[in-house]
Amino acid sequence: MIVYLNGKAYEAKPEETVLQLALRNGIYIPHLCYHEKTGKAAKCRACVVEVEGIPGLKTSCNLPVRDGMVVSSKSEKVLQAQRMVVDLALSSGQHDCLSCEQNGNCELQDAAYYLGIERPSFQLYDNDYEVDDSSEFIRVDRSRCISCGRCVEACNKTVVNEVINFGNRGFDTKIVFDNDLPMGTSTCVQCGECMQICPVGCIIDKRSIGSGRNWEFEKVETVCPYCGVGCRLEVHVDRKNGKIIRVNGVEDSPTNNGMLCVKGRFGFDFVNSEERLTTPLIKENGKFREAEWDEAIALVASKFSEIKKEFGSDAIAGLASAKVTNEENFAFQKFIRREVGTNNVDHCARL
Amino acid sequence: MYEKIFEKYSPDKENLIYILHDIQDSDPQNYVSEDAVQKVSEFLRIPISHIYGVLTFYTMYSTKPRGKNVIRLCESPPCFLKGSEKILMQLCEILNVKVGETTEDGFFTVELCACLGICGNAPAMMINEDVYGDLTDEKLIKIINDIKRRA
Amino acid sequence: MKFYRSHVLIAIDDNSLKAGVKKIESLLRAKLDKNNLSEEINVLETGGLGYFGTGVSMTVYPEQITYANLKEEDINDIVEEHFLKGRVVSRLVLNSTITKKYNFNYKNRVVLENSGIIDPENIEEYIGVGGYEAWEKVLTQMKPSEVVDEVKASGLRGRGGAGFPAGVKWSFTAPIEAKQKYVVVNADEGEPGTFKDRLIMEGDPHKLLEGIMIAAYAVGATKSYIYIRGEYKLCIHRLEVAIKQANEYGILGKNIFSSGFDHEIEIKIGAGAYVCGEETALIESMEGNRGTPRYKPPFPGVEGAWHKPTVVNNVETIANVPAIIKNGADWYNTIGVEGCRGTKVYTMMGDLKLPGLCETEMGTSLRTIIDEYGGGMKDGKQFKAALVGGAAGVFLPNEMLDVKMDFNSLKEYSAVLGSGAILVMNEDVDIVDILWSIIRFFRHESCGKCNPCSNGNPVLYKLIDKIRKGKGKEADLDMMIKVSEVMNKTSFCALGQSPYMPIKSAIDNFRDDFLKRMK
Repeated sequence: MIVYLNGKAYEAKPEETVLQLALRNGIYIPHLCYHEKTGKAAKCRACVVEVEGIPGLKTSCNLPVRDGMVVSSKSEKVLQAQRMVVDLALSSGQHDCLSCEQNGNCELQDAAYYLGIERPSFQLYDNDYEVDDSSEFIRVDRSRCISCGRCVEACNKTVVNEVINFGNRGFDTKIVFDNDLPMGTSTCVQCGECMQICPVGCIIDKRSIGSGRNWEFEKVETVCPYCGVGCRLEVHVDRKNGKIIRVNGVEDSPTNNGMLCVKGRFGFDFVNSEERLTTPLIKENGKFREAEWDEAIALVASKFSEIKKEFGSDAIAGLASAKVTNEENFAFQKFIRREVGTNNVDHCARL
Repeated sequence: MYEKIFEKYSPDKENLIYILHDIQDSDPQNYVSEDAVQKVSEFLRIPISHIYGVLTFYTMYSTKPRGKNVIRLCESPPCFLKGSEKILMQLCEILNVKVGETTEDGFFTVELCACLGICGNAPAMMINEDVYGDLTDEKLIKIINDIKRRA
Repeated sequence: MKFYRSHVLIAIDDNSLKAGVKKIESLLRAKLDKNNLSEEINVLETGGLGYFGTGVSMTVYPEQITYANLKEEDINDIVEEHFLKGRVVSRLVLNSTITKKYNFNYKNRVVLENSGIIDPENIEEYIGVGGYEAWEKVLTQMKPSEVVDEVKASGLRGRGGAGFPAGVKWSFTAPIEAKQKYVVVNADEGEPGTFKDRLIMEGDPHKLLEGIMIAAYAVGATKSYIYIRGEYKLCIHRLEVAIKQANEYGILGKNIFSSGFDHEIEIKIGAGAYVCGEETALIESMEGNRGTPRYKPPFPGVEGAWHKPTVVNNVETIANVPAIIKNGADWYNTIGVEGCRGTKVYTMMGDLKLPGLCETEMGTSLRTIIDEYGGGMKDGKQFKAALVGGAAGVFLPNEMLDVKMDFNSLKEYSAVLGSGAILVMNEDVDIVDILWSIIRFFRHESCGKCNPCSNGNPVLYKLIDKIRKGKGKEADLDMMIKVSEVMNKTSFCALGQSPYMPIKSAIDNFRDDFLKRMK
């Protein structure tokens, strides 16, 4: 299937939309509410394009491709409309980039940059929202919200926590938690899905505020150490001091589809903790001393053997961890059953 | 206290609008309380955030306590043409409140609303379930006094 | 049937109830009783008579004398003079020019033919004037596809504003194989200045029910909903009564007239949101959600309420259906103009002698409606502008008064028929004020779903408010047009697309009013 976009022919997939086709081919069309995961909302109206044979403008995020379709995303008519639409979104809140955490990682900023908007033409915001700092890990600054609806969709449809919704209507529309409670006292479980999917600086990671610009960090992919699900993480690391700044879920991961739980996303403070064990310790005369792995393992093995000899195998029990993989747990119970010789083996998730 | 209302409806989301109307109408302060939202959420098995979103979307509902009598003055163009602004000023003056506020005695709340569909008798207003048209300053005073007297 | 010498029809609607009609009615009955006239004079309640400012009014048949603005003390005179002595109490008779117009007005009526004549809370009266004949005809003589074809052939266009052919709409849904289909009547009449649906429902609820059943039969729906504004208390009551009666008479329910067709009608009430007049927002609201519009396609006809095929029609559209079926599409095609058949109910208000409503053929000129039905300008003032089609309408100046009122002719003037609301303004009115009020309305009613509408309307309001306060510049006018034009092109639903029309027409036709504020 061939679709002509800005005068050039592209091979299109039958199921995709014009916006998806464009993005796949590296052509930017401004879009604020569309996200692969939350789908086509057609709310922001920034992605309008012109289609030959169809009067008016069409939003490309929900426009299915058709064979032979002729689309323009760069005609003056289109750009003029896009400019006004993005201008209105910019005018709606306090979108000051200077000290915004999302500077350089903001989809509204991208759209304004693309369309050459220096500053909003109108001043609609009258500053009556207080920043919601009630939650442990997440800050909500509604003055930067563009009501794109991604967080609402994500909270209700993706992670199904059903905490966020829109309240009020018209210009007064705002995101609310439960009965318009502060996020920290609501039923929110702090999974942070809304934060990851927010296109602007409205819902942000509270603990990384002020720690640096987004582009300064190295993004390292890894697997979450907490449980056996094996969610893929994108860890933002500040190489200058070797610190983890924040953690995101990897959007195209088949295990977690970008989602994380509160532990995986926010529970990384142990990494740089001074109390973290980095080497085995052996207690002698009531005091711990550092030891080598070989020495420590040999000591444990000999103690186990002693116990087994004196009291029998059933005097020993093994308790496995949810933080390791199924394969590791399998090996562990094999060890307890075969080497130690007891069925006293259980798993922490059952406790 | 909401059981009587819940009995009338099957626990389906489509009945939410009805249930909220009933709860509000049965409340002496003409609003839907947080407690009520919680109970409706349990009855219909839908999230609190959904109910709150619906409550604040429609203008007939209130999440804050209101007066015994809710006055809703039409602010649509036909009534505006016939002087609804002046009526509003007069109304606020008589009751000594601003739009959206409740009188100190908790007797009246003044709100604005969209077209009531009696534009032939503009300017118009609704007090609770009753509609009043062809409002003039004198008529307004009389209506307010009548309601006060009846109480 | 009992024979009465005279019938007295008392109009019961919100206005007359306010004016104490119930008290007056009971006085009248008591007085008739006292004079042993209650066996001769039949007192009946009916819907509003279709005009305003008449307080308590009643019409005496067969003389067809309408008394208006009745007070309790007038009842004595009416009974003693009129009913005992046969002398009309002229001091109480409604202005004869008005009644003349009023009777003339009835000749053209299709949807309001019974309003003000029958008791809307009595199904037998509706049956007595030929009601439910079309329903019977459909059930006993017509196939569903024939009903669709008949409505298609009639050229009936939707009366909600967009003017989409009703038969064509039905033909999308009728052939779909589905376990459940719905007919939804849009009675969320919120367009400022519109109250035609209210009067149809108050005056002749059974006509609406009959239309619904025919539509349901045509598309194969076994359940229908009437989505009605929460504010329309009397309508809700009358429809409830009507549905109950229709069920009792076996006109509605299971296996109607042994045809094997089942149908059930339920009333859904709104809670105050103009945007719910948009069909997909209405469906969202019916399902118990925030009333924000859904993306189309899929259109409701294919996937509507609870994802089932759903036909959504306006009250007035549906109320046309029984007459079309009863008299045939050919008859309907004799009314109105090419491409726009039938009558239209207009609500007229503003600086007119006789604000109220009228029903007249499509294609009647705006001048005729204002001068003849509306009685012309009040207090000898000059006409300045008419806002046609509600808040989402267009300001028409004097030069455009001869425009024919139908979907196609109005389009030539970039105007719309909309809901049929006509707000007439005299020379003293400043268009800036009216436009300010319109934009304030849109700002208030924007649902907040899409960015251009929820942020564009506040921008427009800021600009017009600045102009109204005398702080505007001419460039602000251009900016208003520019912003509203983009809103028109990019907004999700008709609400955000609408402000452009009143703004553009107001600035184009009445620019001086704006410039005056800038001096």
